Amino acid sequence: MTYTQLALLGVLIAATADLFVFKTKLLTRRVFWVSYSIVIFFQLVTNGILTGFGIVKYDGEAIIGSASPKDTAPAILGDGRIMFAPVEDLFFGFSLVLLTLVLWVWLGRIGIQRNPRSGPPRKSVQKILRVE
Amino acid sequence: MSQFAYLSVLAGCLLGTAWLEFFLRTRVYQRAIRLVLTIIPVLFVFSIWDAYAIAQGHWNFDSRYVTGITVFANIPLDEILFFIVIPICAILSFEAVRSARNWNAGDEISK
Repeated sequence: MTYTQLALLGVLIAATADLFVFKTKLLTRRVFWVSYSIVIFFQLVTNGILTGFGIVKYDGEAIIGSASPKDTAPAILGDGRIMFAPVEDLFFGFSLVLLTLVLWVWLGRIGIQRNPRSGPPRKSVQKILRVE
Repeated sequence: MSQFAYLSVLAGCLLGTAWLEFFLRTRVYQRAIRLVLTIIPVLFVFSIWDAYAIAQGHWNFDSRYVTGITVFANIPLDEILFFIVIPICAILSFEAVRSARNWNAGDEISK
């Protein structure tokens, strides 16, 4: 299978784990989507470093776009890439993050270190965050 | 840029999220057993994916920028650490949002 196919399959498996296997239903929760939007921003930054500098290179046969060039940076946007990285990486990242959070929440649900819960933020940051 | 380039990115991820544990009291590192039990299956599943992708040539690593240590199935140590570091960062972000907004995630006591 190509990376494109596997990345989509990864999302499908992680979503199935969330909705039907562990029934954590994070995909229906605001807390997940807000967290994920923060994570995806930093993914674009860090993965941009890994792919922009060519630390990780991709085979053109496995992705929608073309292969990573040997000694120059790939396209920053376009040619199947966003911030130097193949769009497939976003699906890969999504399945990695979703599966992680599904397991984390599920373990808490069955009683493994459910407590101490997170929060509240320290007073010094409460004002910045406008905590209710 | 050196053989520590990939590791430096991972170190940046850990340092960039560490403050959440203190200032937002995410209590993720504090719940180490739950954290380790979350990471083990994730590391297992994604290492298999990684091993397959490396074997198929889907991606490869510039030998100038990785440690050169491989763990198994040609997976660089750097990549194994990625599958530990990124889950930690994801959980820290998630618990930080919960801390700041008090939103339910489904693991609260139901009674």
